[in-house]
Amino acid sequence: MDKNKVSLRGRNILGLEDFSTEEIRLVLDTAKEMKNIIHRDIKKVPALRGKSIVTLFYEPSTRTRTSFELAGKYLGADVVNITAGTSSIVKGESLRDTLYTIEAMGVDAIVMRHKAEGAAEYASRIAAPVILNAGDGAHAHPSQALLNLFTIEQHKGRLEGLKVAILGDVLHSRVARSDIHGMRKMGMEVHIAGPKTLLPRFLYEEPDVVVHERVEDAIEAADVIEVLRIQLERMQGGLFPTTREYARIFGLNNDRLKLAKDDVLILHPGPMNKGWEISPFVAYGDNSAIQEEVQNGVAVRMALFTLVLTGGKQA
Amino acid sequence: MKILLKGGRVINPENEFDQVADVLIEDGKIAAIGKDLEAEGAEVYDASGKVVAPGLIDMHVHFREPGQEAKEDFISGSKAAAAGGFTRVATMPNTKPVVDSAALIRSLKERAREAGLIHIELIGAVTKGQKGEELAEMGDMLQAGAVAFSDDGHFDSSAKVMLNAFDYLHGFDKIIINHEEETTLCTEGVMNEGHRSAMLGLKGRPTVAEDIAVARDILLAEYADARLHVAHISSARSVELVREAKKRGVKVTAEVTPQHLTMTDECVELFDSSTKINPPLRAKTDCEALLAGLKDGTIDAIVTDHSPHAQEEKDREYANAPSGFPGLETSVGIMLTDLYHEGKIDLPMMISKMSYEPAKVFGLEAGTLTVGKAADVTVIDPEQEWTVEAEKFYTKGSHSPFVGRKLKGKAVLTIVAGRIVMRDGQVIE
Repeated sequence: MDKNKVSLRGRNILGLEDFSTEEIRLVLDTAKEMKNIIHRDIKKVPALRGKSIVTLFYEPSTRTRTSFELAGKYLGADVVNITAGTSSIVKGESLRDTLYTIEAMGVDAIVMRHKAEGAAEYASRIAAPVILNAGDGAHAHPSQALLNLFTIEQHKGRLEGLKVAILGDVLHSRVARSDIHGMRKMGMEVHIAGPKTLLPRFLYEEPDVVVHERVEDAIEAADVIEVLRIQLERMQGGLFPTTREYARIFGLNNDRLKLAKDDVLILHPGPMNKGWEISPFVAYGDNSAIQEEVQNGVAVRMALFTLVLTGGKQA
Repeated sequence: MKILLKGGRVINPENEFDQVADVLIEDGKIAAIGKDLEAEGAEVYDASGKVVAPGLIDMHVHFREPGQEAKEDFISGSKAAAAGGFTRVATMPNTKPVVDSAALIRSLKERAREAGLIHIELIGAVTKGQKGEELAEMGDMLQAGAVAFSDDGHFDSSAKVMLNAFDYLHGFDKIIINHEEETTLCTEGVMNEGHRSAMLGLKGRPTVAEDIAVARDILLAEYADARLHVAHISSARSVELVREAKKRGVKVTAEVTPQHLTMTDECVELFDSSTKINPPLRAKTDCEALLAGLKDGTIDAIVTDHSPHAQEEKDREYANAPSGFPGLETSVGIMLTDLYHEGKIDLPMMISKMSYEPAKVFGLEAGTLTVGKAADVTVIDPEQEWTVEAEKFYTKGSHSPFVGRKLKGKAVLTIVAGRIVMRDGQVIE
């Protein structure tokens, strides 16, 4: 495909299953330019002046919402935040009516997080503004997966051929699902491991995804390890005995880290349960890019806004 | 009033009759079946190229009365049935309040009489409030006219309560219709557990939840020597369990829906809640097993599980939408298009599973074209091409996964007790 013809203008960003390799490449290259803006003293460009963006969050979030908000503001857009606890949502307004209300105010883009899988797809079918999915249940979190790819590429200089191990609670993880689509499309080798109770039963049927029950088998010679958060708030019915046992058998600690390549890169979508799925030594160790991911998140979201709202590199 | 149906292919599964013939209807009854019938003053209907069948029966519908009339009521539901070629339906009791007393059965009988278009049979609850705790007054409901019992939509009865229900009902020779999904394995589940659910992140309802429920209830029915009817069977293993049970003489019967026969979980898209049903759409291997079960007699009846919801309720994010869709107006078209025209089933079998056999399961005098018996008749044009449009539905429900489908085959005339209630898709009140 001719790279100049790749455009995301007007596209809803729902999940990476809808993205081509060229489209992911476009986002990553644009994010690289955006990262320069963040490093400027005066972080403000007029690319999105006159555009308005609403963040609509039905679930708690610190980094994702702030990251989208700052990304919009650095580009000169007007950004308004709506959170479930402080809006008409507490009066029982349906998602549909809330979307219609926001749409009626002439908004250009809605960044949305919702606990129901499919909420973003649904929104994109009924509302005119561009929808950017900031997480829908356990389904997708495309901007997080894109910033993972961006971070990996910044460190490794490439994506193709790298072995990545995704560890832990894939069952409840929208990040993992978006990772699988994105990483595979960029030619990475995806290995997954965790207690079987936290892995979707039929995940092994997904092409080019290798599922392990022992985390050691996934970590072996890995270039990248992404540790997923244990989502205690989504757990029901004893999926594993105790967090203590989880840390001992499935957690990423220094001993297990030795099985990976020396220059292995450690990712975690945050917030971390340190001492459970990841030891503090690993989280803050030399191989960790966890803090850097947060900054890269702003760059990737700036790229997404620019591409969907203007289609181009006007920054 | 006389009606003469001329030159149709008359199929009567009860005596395996399948010939081109005329059918004369007089005073609400079948007056004659034969070649070159004449009748003075009769309304003559040209049925050539069409199939004349016993009035279709759907033993599993939700008409939502009392309490949820925004979804459906006896009048809209009756019209949908007539439009789809059905002369008789049985309504499930998971209403608000639950139909678990003779008083409610009597009041719904009255409502059915008021609606007056088709025959409406009433299914009562097995347990009070369908809570699975105490038996409902099934004897009382039977005397008031209930036709069977079900806690459809729920699988909350313990083995002890279910065994009590089977034992208590034993002397009445009526069926208990069970929705077979072990609850603890379906918590939060909204679609089949499979590769598709793994990648969409939607919580799964595994086939094993259905299989262990079917296994338990077969064993309980066998132990109690009672009659179990498995509602909307959907998994291959469950078909096998019913087949084995029938072979050793257990009094078990089963029904299947057109959607479970023809659609898989690969049809699930996050933006469209119309595919959300319980039990969920399964895998291709399950569809194949269901078809095999239908053909070898393991599965006795085709039902729609007509489950309309208000537009407002269904038009939302997949995980939070209610389960079910209206099926009465698409059932014949789907069965003909996806199974008959594909060469997978023949017409006599399809008609038998939609009329004669469900009547037998319920113990009803219906589902037959017999001289002297009530004239409930459905005429089907197997070749008519049409497109499913929600705007043309008589049901209040609008979200169906079949909307937009181009179908081949349709019921074109519905006659209830000698009166034409639908002609060419138009309901006649």
